Amino acid sequence: MNSIIQTDRFALSETERSAIEHEKHHYEDPRAASIEALKIVQKERGWVPDGAIPAIGEILGIPASDVEGVATFYSQIFRVPVGRHVIRVCDSMTCYIGGHEGVLGAIRQKLAIAPGQTTSDGRFTLLPVCCLGNCDKAPALMIDDDTFGNLTPEGIDQLLEAYP
Amino acid sequence: MTLTSIGPANRTPRTAETHPLTWRLRDDAEPVWLDEYQQKNGYAAARKAFAELSPADVVALVKDSGLKGRGGAGFSTGVKWGLMPADESIDIRYLLCNADEMEPNTWKDRLLMEQLPHQLIEGMLISARALKAYRGYIFLRGEYVDAARNLNRAIEEAKAAGLLGKNILGSGFDFELFVHTGAGRYICGEETALINSLEGRRANPRSKPPFPAAVGVWGKPTCVNNVETLSNVPAIVGNGVDWYKSLARPGSEDMGTKLMGFSGKVKNPGLWELPFGITARELFEDYAGGMRDGYRLKCWQPGGAGTGFLLPEHLDAQMYAGGIGKVGTRMGTGLALAVDDSINMVSLLRNMEEFFARESCGWCTPCRDGLPWSVKLLRALERGEGQPGDLETLGQLVNFLGPGKTFCAHAPGAVEPLGSALKYFRQEFEAGVRGAPDETRPGVAASQV
Repeated sequence: MNSIIQTDRFALSETERSAIEHEKHHYEDPRAASIEALKIVQKERGWVPDGAIPAIGEILGIPASDVEGVATFYSQIFRVPVGRHVIRVCDSMTCYIGGHEGVLGAIRQKLAIAPGQTTSDGRFTLLPVCCLGNCDKAPALMIDDDTFGNLTPEGIDQLLEAYP
Repeated sequence: MTLTSIGPANRTPRTAETHPLTWRLRDDAEPVWLDEYQQKNGYAAARKAFAELSPADVVALVKDSGLKGRGGAGFSTGVKWGLMPADESIDIRYLLCNADEMEPNTWKDRLLMEQLPHQLIEGMLISARALKAYRGYIFLRGEYVDAARNLNRAIEEAKAAGLLGKNILGSGFDFELFVHTGAGRYICGEETALINSLEGRRANPRSKPPFPAAVGVWGKPTCVNNVETLSNVPAIVGNGVDWYKSLARPGSEDMGTKLMGFSGKVKNPGLWELPFGITARELFEDYAGGMRDGYRLKCWQPGGAGTGFLLPEHLDAQMYAGGIGKVGTRMGTGLALAVDDSINMVSLLRNMEEFFARESCGWCTPCRDGLPWSVKLLRALERGEGQPGDLETLGQLVNFLGPGKTFCAHAPGAVEPLGSALKYFRQEFEAGVRGAPDETRPGVAASQV
């Protein structure tokens, strides 16, 4: 990955800018919109590029370092590009008991990536996630905004096919 | 989200008198929107509170009802409300709903938010007026996309009907409610970390005192209550304290009903609204149907990852804080987990401590450094490569990370299941020390990927 930080050519889109401005007014202090601002950028672009950090800081009137501190703290803010689809595999002890490691193993084998990695064709990123609250249907995972339960290693191929 | 038992106990239909939290649920599991909610007596408690009760009356009612926080800690809601400053000149106050449900094995708030969003909104409306809060936030975990959609639609319905916004029900009281969605991290469920996160900061817990009631969001008095806690408020106001206190079984010191569950390899994993004080055995056998064929109950956890393991003989304990306290751990969220005899405790604890180590915010040294150390030791034991002394080190970590050593309850919660597993299943850990006889080793984690 290109390690040179290029921030000078970055500009927030009008959509992003107005969505962030709108969020600011839900809070007493604009800083509170920082997480939502990062999510707005991520929704548009799939991840949060370097240049978005000072740009968000400027709108909210807070230092870029504070925005970066927040961006790197929260696990669902992506500071590197991710695949077209993000698979979040619940790794709670309930899913462990329900066969999580077999399901995770099937995904790893099928996609040839480990948690934290993206397939070379840019289709999937694989991540662990805290308990998805689907414990009566363990093991569970999310693909993008869709939650699935009662998974088996054998069912993984078919499940992933629905996400081209 | 099963709501029917496969045993005989739950043949009685859910009614407003016996199942205040869940009687309005639809059989098709679709959300109950405003019209239907009002047809089912919804917002009647808010109307009653606004017309007949002063804010102080509502605080007194909730205090007298014995309602306790349903997020896991079980602190008296009335006492928490009573900590809000009496000084009327402090006119900016906040009510936060902790909807950051991420405790492993917990899916009760999701049910309440997805299917009964107006019950939560009504609870927040009554509570906000009692606490003189002009604004509320529902701090919702980002992964609960259906809950976010349903809550936002319900808020729009309530605004259009004059149940949120300015001059609610003609009372002169104003209350604005927002859904704030998070961006991951288990620690956001800790109430002071949640406040930091809402303010747009890293979710590190704050030192207490001052408590949020004095210095909360943006320095203002703030009350943080769990979804299920707030969802109890309408029924308490509507039906009264005497009724509420009649719900729990004899012997229970906790009042009302609780969403309880059982998961793991049981026949009927699910979630049920049950009176405090039922025995864990009733929950396990009658509601969850006992273990699936071919599995035996090895141990169980009463309410989330941060509670200790108990043995099958402890199933006669009553499900309330003191009842589970008597057998050595906490009730937590009340959603229990069955561990079956195919599960090795070293592997299970390795999975759990990996989670706790990853989710430590890194603020306090014992938690930041101690939890990864426990993972390292557990991984070695799982591979059969533990060193002599590793069990003693794990035991020391259980003490060093215990209550009172850190800012928040993350580390104590992380070591509670470890301490209990070492106590009840020590031989499984000993078998992981290098040189232990092979036959004592529990099929050493062939599943590890």
